[in-house]
Amino acid sequence: MAALEAAIQPASFREREDSGAPADADALGGRVKPGHDVFILAGDPVTHFIDRRLNPKGKSLGNRQRFLRRARAQIREAVQKSLKESAVADLAKDRKIKISTKGTKEPRFRLDPRAAGERDFVLPGNKQFTSGDEIKKPRSGEDGARGKQASDAFEGEDDFEFTMTQDEVLDIFFEDLALPNLVRTTLKETPAKTWKRAGLTTAGSPNQINLLRTMRHAQGRRLAMRRPSLKHIEALEQALQAAECEEPQAPEKIAALKEQLAKANARRKWVGFIDPVDVRFNAFTEQPVPTSQAVMFCLMDVSGSMGEREKDLAKRFYMLLHLFLKRRYEKVDVVFIRHTHDAQEVDEQEFFYSRQSGGTIVSTALDKMLEIQKARYATADWNIYAAQASDGYTQTGDARHCVELLNEQIMPLCQYYAYIEILDEREMEVFASEDSGAELWRAYRTVAEEWDNFATKRIARPADIFPVFHELFRKAEA
Amino acid sequence: MTLLFEGSQWDFATLDRAYAAIGEIALNDLGLDVYPNQIEIISSEQMLDAYSSLAMPLMYNHWSFGKLFAREETMYRAGYSALAYEIVINSNPCISYLLEENTMTMQALVMAHAAFGHNHFFKNNYLFRQWTNAEGILDYLAFAKRYVAACEERHGREEVEAVLDAAHALMDQGVFRYRRPPRPSKERVIEKRRKRMEYEAEAYNELWRTLPAGIEPPSAPPTPDPEEEFGVEDRLPEENILYFLEKNSPSLKPWQRETLRIVRNLAQYFHPQRQLKVMNEGCATFVHYTIMNTLYERGRIDEGSLLEFLHSHTSVVFQPAFDDKRYYGINPYALGYAMMEDIKRICEAPTQEDRDWFPSIAGSGDAMAALKDAWANYRDESFIEQFLSPKLMRDFRFFSLFDKADDAVYRVSAIHDERGYREVRKALARQYDTAGDPNIQVAGADLKGSRTLLLEHRMHRGVPLNNALKEQVLAHVELLWGHDVRLEEVAA
Repeated sequence: MAALEAAIQPASFREREDSGAPADADALGGRVKPGHDVFILAGDPVTHFIDRRLNPKGKSLGNRQRFLRRARAQIREAVQKSLKESAVADLAKDRKIKISTKGTKEPRFRLDPRAAGERDFVLPGNKQFTSGDEIKKPRSGEDGARGKQASDAFEGEDDFEFTMTQDEVLDIFFEDLALPNLVRTTLKETPAKTWKRAGLTTAGSPNQINLLRTMRHAQGRRLAMRRPSLKHIEALEQALQAAECEEPQAPEKIAALKEQLAKANARRKWVGFIDPVDVRFNAFTEQPVPTSQAVMFCLMDVSGSMGEREKDLAKRFYMLLHLFLKRRYEKVDVVFIRHTHDAQEVDEQEFFYSRQSGGTIVSTALDKMLEIQKARYATADWNIYAAQASDGYTQTGDARHCVELLNEQIMPLCQYYAYIEILDEREMEVFASEDSGAELWRAYRTVAEEWDNFATKRIARPADIFPVFHELFRKAEA
Repeated sequence: MTLLFEGSQWDFATLDRAYAAIGEIALNDLGLDVYPNQIEIISSEQMLDAYSSLAMPLMYNHWSFGKLFAREETMYRAGYSALAYEIVINSNPCISYLLEENTMTMQALVMAHAAFGHNHFFKNNYLFRQWTNAEGILDYLAFAKRYVAACEERHGREEVEAVLDAAHALMDQGVFRYRRPPRPSKERVIEKRRKRMEYEAEAYNELWRTLPAGIEPPSAPPTPDPEEEFGVEDRLPEENILYFLEKNSPSLKPWQRETLRIVRNLAQYFHPQRQLKVMNEGCATFVHYTIMNTLYERGRIDEGSLLEFLHSHTSVVFQPAFDDKRYYGINPYALGYAMMEDIKRICEAPTQEDRDWFPSIAGSGDAMAALKDAWANYRDESFIEQFLSPKLMRDFRFFSLFDKADDAVYRVSAIHDERGYREVRKALARQYDTAGDPNIQVAGADLKGSRTLLLEHRMHRGVPLNNALKEQVLAHVELLWGHDVRLEEVAA
């Protein structure tokens, strides 16, 4: 072995590795450079061990993007469906997506022995058959071993499930809403962090020393340990001096004083002025910058005139507002208020999915909102946002009441109030001008003129939603 | 002898020692003949990466690989499927990927399996020797990746994607099964060059030199293909549809032809692997089983490792019966490994039955010689036809079914008994013949008139193509051909 090794191994590789390995194996293994991850074995054939674990990741990212683009239509549909089913607050999360394989099929020529012709095939695990026996064919679709195989080979894949990252989901969500790029990045950005005081620690760097605490601890310890003060020592020294100058001298007194002084000095040395146990440092932890809280009131008309489509548009409107608030505020509460001719606070499920009959009185929702705000969300602690969706109908005369409520009570409290009126495309054409419209719309227009932070918009498509928030996002960027 | 390792942790020094010990057994005791090994340790994410690009270390970009990755990743993260312990690439040097999460025992097992078992098979089997270029594959892939990327840059992703999609759909019909692609003979190449120079000399005109810079003289007429002396009709039928389209499609641009060529070369590279699944896995499994047991006998691994290895080995070679929920076809590891062990048994301790069936190897005593001969000179179909013994058919309880599409029942045509052995064996061998793929050929191409391309499916025992898939693939063929394509199914 040694001879073989000598013959093959170049001289530079001949440093032995002292790894305590068995002698023969050790003789075979020669390390190229210490700390390098390539090993070369002497002996034939030459072998390399290569550590690839630290190679750059995401090699297949290009393929993934190509796939996502390829299956775009299906993925869009699936994401929208998944968003519909998920809660307003759950938008920014990784999620499993199930798409049909339409559009990402990879067809190949395959035989179809079920259509015509004949064949033989062999299976393992015979139990009771002898030649000549007949076995009933499983009908197509039946879950037999053959059925499984066959459908695998032919129709190939049915639905296809995979996980999309939060970013990929948001991209698709934004795409529909036609968000400007700058806004997209603002929303996706993780909030900045800042260092916040977090009490005291016993270890840290000298520049973070908390003098006050340190000194207080030291004082307490000095008191507890009865450290003689300078004054006390000076007094002793004076007493000693006086005793020494006294005539006639009293040797016992002097000796006693000297001993006291020596003891006091020793104790002073022993109990230090500051001890390492006294020292305290300021501690800091990282925390997200926006540390305030916000409440978002979602108001919606749920009378019969609001159908599936209207509610879906409204939901996206709320989702977008929520997403935005989440970026700016540490804590976001969502309150759902639905109304017909009278308003209730409900949970999200009921808000979007249950239906009520009755007339439409918008001001009841505003009253309810004020009531909840007074009870639970004091303006000193909470930033208040409101988002209202409606189809624009309310009882005659109610609009004026709404305007009064808004102007006098609600708008002074709110950071932002966004109102969308959901129309269908035909109505959109009829109401081409901003000025024309139903009673509620015209009434809200007067509010908008008065308040900068009141936004109104008519929408018929998802892409119409964003302009409602234009003002809001402009502020965020500034 | 001391133990190579204890416990499950591994480091490079231990891998080194284990590799040396395994190599000694593989080369000296079993007498294997291998390419140099290059063993790479990769993480699970990298393993998923490798999975989804046809298990090659580099590959051009295509959405289908992204789709595969997304699916595998979801399955893996949900815990539905475990990752392979290794991937091995038929190249020189032979690259094996080991997963970092493997225990030391698994690393040893995998090195024995891939770096010696598969490696020996790659280097020695006649199909790999004749059809795949282990020396050049990685360079070729690097070229393919660069080329496809450059095409995407120049012609747009959609354009390239359309060609790749179409080419992938024809991948199974993009191989030469029996002959090599015709190469122009040396004389023809020289003749072609001479003609071209003659043309240039004739077409030379002083006038072109007076043109302002930037204006090109008219380009030469396309040089005729060396084979053009014969009409297309003389070279039909053609089994390799991709090849035919690459050479004869009236509508493809040069870069599209080159892209077809890349896919065709890949298909040809993978073609032998499809015909050697049982043998390749059987060989590698037999080698790792023998090596791990030898290591244990020589006191190089302890009982704990042996049991861990046996546990994984038995689950790899498990074959559920046809009526079992877990049945998913015949497990190539199970069949291959059982056949290798069976050949060893026939060589060393034959019964009278074995002597009757395998007079040439029964009792020869030299199992490795018989195995190496088989590994070198057979493919799955011929290997099963030649070496599947009655004993194995009884062990697996193989039975053969006759299936006629119109009948409501399958008829058991043969089982594992004296009358049935030959028939079962023949049917099983036939199942592994890639001729089981539809036999589709280019039968005619009207290049002067309507430019219709005629494909012909020669049906084996009357089995037609799946209609829905046929339509989809034909749409791809039409894209590449640029004109109408018809496919006729004829009885062979």
